[in-house]
Amino acid sequence: MNPHRRSPFILVAMVLVYIFLYAPIVGLVLYSFNASRTNVTFEGFIPSFSGRVVMDGSLVKSAPCGPFHWYCDLAKNSDVLEAAGNTLTIAFTAIILSTIIGTMAALALQRYEFRIKPFTQLSLYIPIVIPEIVMGIGILTLFSQFFGWFNGLLGLTGDARLSMGIVTVTISHIAFMVPFVTLVVQARLQGFDKAYEEAAMDLGANEWITFRRVTFPMILPGVLSGALLAFTLSLDDFVITFFTNGPGSTTLPIYVYGLLRRIITPQVNALSTVWILIVFLAVLLLQWIQSREAKPQH
Amino acid sequence: MLKRLRENKSAQGTLLALPTTIWMFILLILPLLLTLVISFGKRSPDGEVIFTFSLDNYIRLLGFSSDCAGGQASCFDPLYMQILGRSLMLAFNTTVIVIAMAYPLAYFIARADPKRRNTFLFMVLIPLWTNFVIRVYAWMMLLRKEGAINLIIGTVAHWLGINFVPLELLYTPGAVLVGMVYEFLPFMILPIFTSLEKIENSLYEAAADLGASPFKTFLRVTLPLSMPGVVAGTILVFIPVMGTFIVSDILGGRQYILVGNLIQRQFLDARDPAFGSAASLILMVMTLIVTYFYTRKFGFGEEIVAA
Repeated sequence: MNPHRRSPFILVAMVLVYIFLYAPIVGLVLYSFNASRTNVTFEGFIPSFSGRVVMDGSLVKSAPCGPFHWYCDLAKNSDVLEAAGNTLTIAFTAIILSTIIGTMAALALQRYEFRIKPFTQLSLYIPIVIPEIVMGIGILTLFSQFFGWFNGLLGLTGDARLSMGIVTVTISHIAFMVPFVTLVVQARLQGFDKAYEEAAMDLGANEWITFRRVTFPMILPGVLSGALLAFTLSLDDFVITFFTNGPGSTTLPIYVYGLLRRIITPQVNALSTVWILIVFLAVLLLQWIQSREAKPQH
Repeated sequence: MLKRLRENKSAQGTLLALPTTIWMFILLILPLLLTLVISFGKRSPDGEVIFTFSLDNYIRLLGFSSDCAGGQASCFDPLYMQILGRSLMLAFNTTVIVIAMAYPLAYFIARADPKRRNTFLFMVLIPLWTNFVIRVYAWMMLLRKEGAINLIIGTVAHWLGINFVPLELLYTPGAVLVGMVYEFLPFMILPIFTSLEKIENSLYEAAADLGASPFKTFLRVTLPLSMPGVVAGTILVFIPVMGTFIVSDILGGRQYILVGNLIQRQFLDARDPAFGSAASLILMVMTLIVTYFYTRKFGFGEEIVAA
């Protein structure tokens, strides 16, 4: 029996820390239903549904979507939709590439000895021990120097010039996603019983068939959870995106940051609430994959 | 050729690792080298970098300005040293507070009924995965003059019949500290939980059988065995706090400048990438030194992957 299992101190601390973690989120969600357009204080919910928006000063008296007025507004906001589109495009492109090359690297690091191995390993650990801003401004400098040189070399002007945009953001995202994919897949490979592969080879399968029919299905849960983790990192990223984006490649975090420095309406809260809901579902999915992974294999 | 590749395990490994290695070289190693080169450069009048070898940027960071108000040849202005010191202090304070808050919770989760353990962990992951910018915004709403914290204190004061003037909580150093603690708390909870979870129950039983008090058991058994988690958490908290600029930007106002804000402004407002690069390198070296001595003393566990 653990001697301090029921320590009241631990229980009180636990409750307080959870309150600390959730109070801001609860406040954020509550204000997304605010009737006040200025969003300074909470003025109650928007009381009624009606065909058109009725305002009284800065108070919304009734709206077509009722209490969900700000969510409907959000769905009509083309800037938000564009930013959401960019965020997803970047995340999906980056996730496909980083999962493929990250899994390959994990296999190489776990299974093979080769000359550049220490260098590969080192380059995957560096992003953990340096602040993100150092990486961000480094990449910004690299791109701006390269683009300056390249545009000058070919004499490109106007819109033909290479510049920061959705491509530079995606390339940079892959750079911070790969280490996570590699680490997660490597962890999965560590607990891998080589006997299955040897059995397949003994039965006459070549390396490719063995990989496709035995190795890959067995590491798939690891690949999936690595991919999902990297995906959320991409959706969430602010710093790297901040330094590598350009006109037309605004992502949601960059968009929200821009709003925070100007006027804040309950629309920002509605956007945040939708985001938290998506995160909630993503974490559920990840836990489900991991719980399946934990079960014994057949 | 294909047949030779089949027999050469080393070449296979190299080929598999090559895309990642090249990618990381171009987007991590090369930018860091470029930052180093540019930090010795100068700024041209139109904000471009002039490649040269000068230590001016580093001398300026140390506080010896060549551009003095009174027309003197040189003068001392500790502004940048103060910014570095402030960032270090903030990172230190944040880490200490975060450990104090994370440890009891991680302990509680690690000792909870295994059936409910996942739910408690899940509840830590939700705030962790909610966007960083959104979490700063949430605190901005709470700390405002009209925000929930002033509202609650005001209501309590009203009941007690005390006259209460809403406090100016936002745009203060305290607001930045609270914001940092909130942003990075989950990064400490998860590694500490991972190391606590590994401790076998039999160790506690043995300690109790040998007559150790709960407090002594904690000091002699639990704490030493959970140190790898605390170390990993410290690295995951200290390093990003040193470089973050959004929290101070939004909760601290324009006057509260950390190294992150300094670097960001050199690149985007002041257009002096050379000076920004020098500051960025100093930041990197500082975090590497702290990480090196800290991990050399306490070791570097696999808990770092937990978060």
